[in-house]
Amino acid sequence: MPRLLAKSRTGINGLDEITVGGIPQGRTTLICGGPGCGKTLFSMEFLVRGAIEFGEPGVFIAFEEKTDELATNVASLGFNLEKLQKEKKLRLDHVHMERSEIEETGEYDLNGLFIRLEHAINSIGAKRVVLDTVENLFASLTNEGILRAELRRLFHWLKEKKVTAIITGEQGEGNLTRHGLEEYVSDCVILLDHRVINQVSTRRLRIIKYRGSVHGTNEYPFLIDENGITVLPVTSLKLDREVSLERISTGMPSLDEMFGGKGYYRGSSILISGTAGTGKTSIAACFVNETCKRRERAVFFAFEESPAQIVRNMKSIGLNLAHHVKRGLLQFHSARPALYGLEMHLSTIYKIVKMVKPTTVVLDPITNLASVGLNVEVGSMLLRLIDHLQGEGITVLVTALMKTLDEQMDEGMSSLVDTWISIKDIEANGERNKMLYVMKSRGMKHSNQVREFMISNDGLKLVEIYLGPGGILVGSEREEQKLQKLTGKDLQDQQQRGLMARRRQENAMPKNQN
Amino acid sequence: MGKKQQTWELRLYVAGKTPKSLTALQNLKKYCETHLQGQYKIEVIDLLVHPQLAEGDQIFAIPTLVRKVPEPIRKIIGDLSNEEKVLVGLNIRPVKQLRVE
Repeated sequence: MPRLLAKSRTGINGLDEITVGGIPQGRTTLICGGPGCGKTLFSMEFLVRGAIEFGEPGVFIAFEEKTDELATNVASLGFNLEKLQKEKKLRLDHVHMERSEIEETGEYDLNGLFIRLEHAINSIGAKRVVLDTVENLFASLTNEGILRAELRRLFHWLKEKKVTAIITGEQGEGNLTRHGLEEYVSDCVILLDHRVINQVSTRRLRIIKYRGSVHGTNEYPFLIDENGITVLPVTSLKLDREVSLERISTGMPSLDEMFGGKGYYRGSSILISGTAGTGKTSIAACFVNETCKRRERAVFFAFEESPAQIVRNMKSIGLNLAHHVKRGLLQFHSARPALYGLEMHLSTIYKIVKMVKPTTVVLDPITNLASVGLNVEVGSMLLRLIDHLQGEGITVLVTALMKTLDEQMDEGMSSLVDTWISIKDIEANGERNKMLYVMKSRGMKHSNQVREFMISNDGLKLVEIYLGPGGILVGSEREEQKLQKLTGKDLQDQQQRGLMARRRQENAMPKNQN
Repeated sequence: MGKKQQTWELRLYVAGKTPKSLTALQNLKKYCETHLQGQYKIEVIDLLVHPQLAEGDQIFAIPTLVRKVPEPIRKIIGDLSNEEKVLVGLNIRPVKQLRVE
């Protein structure tokens, strides 16, 4: 069997997944992109992860930034370069070139650079090398002929040294790099991109070339945050997760009843849709409350209200969420959707979920996210999110705000969710009543009836609506009907009692007369 | 020139005895003898022997001539074949017109 290409794991979240194992080992990879696209951070993370996670020391040759600047810049990602340098896991070298200080006369070569690099590699036994950005040589030296020959020699030399190298290059017009570095690097080329769509910035990554290996060819969004770089593979969705047979209560006995008295499936996804003010958040809070009562953890992502607001509001319907927060079972995370891009939201949710390990996650409401991205993107993000959470066996409850009554839920959600509860307003006779019904619920018997949904001080309640000869009666009409029924019976009773009494009287009378 | 005698401290970085390095050293000696007689010091550093010294003077090309004193530091890379450029680069005033011969 022929030997497969050996790969070096980068340790960067998601990148090893796309590249099916990392970048080519013992070869040179080119990372290119415009200014500010994250080339330096990317290559630095490669070294740091290599040093910490894979026991491969690394050398960073900086042509642009000074080493202390570099250390400060990546400190925000939680990388402690000084410590790594002390432990001999990392070596930084700044190659300073100032055109004004340098005069060229006659023949020369770049052996000085080679010697420095070799010395750095040998001093810590480096397995990984980053040159950031080699192209700076072109700015400081005028003899391009020598430079090109020397660069070619450098890349050969790196291969001979059997180090896994990353070189970075600034994107040029019409070319991947300004000085055509891609000619020299033929094994792996990764393009980073930073663009702004609808005033929201998104970073993307694409593997342009990867010789001798399969790789993802799409554009993948990636993020830079306090944990470093995260690449989000969009299309790694598989439909092969395990399912649970366990049922968990919705937190509302009357709603449980609609699902055969047992509630939702554990690990399923639930969508609650409705127009404004129909009590979507309340149903979600009820479920969260129930989860916490079972001493399980829950996370509530609110895109509309602040945690304090939700706690206060839910107290009014008899849910003491503050108690669960205090016990550490419930966590709230509020963020305006427009605060950052979709990918950032997604990654924040991923991270919190990874940290808290909840059994229930609520997103309220997901429709607000539509304001930050194109519909297609929101759809794909939600798909990934729900899929990810369900893959972890987490029950996901999302709410969706409908703008009009007949609007179709179309974030691709309807096919994704297992259970869909719809709430609608009915306005008649000077009052507004809420009707709730189960649109679908996969794999369980569920009621086909429409119920009246009532929110009171004691909590949420579903009431059977009155189906009378005059049609559906809800709200005060139903009450009236009920009352009438009762009073009718009372009246009847009274009449009966009256009748009986009279009879008794009648029976007794003659005796008295006698 | 008067009393203000200054010593020029020059450092030539090479990597082994390559033809380029030898040419550079020869050229340098010739220029110094002509223009800086008695006021110069040349130190040749072979980076193959002392690779750790490359970082300090920011050497990346070979050969590189570094003028340490007088300040500021100046660098000339190449085999120093162009005398005029070297003199300008080191900021040395020629003793006499060169083209007199």
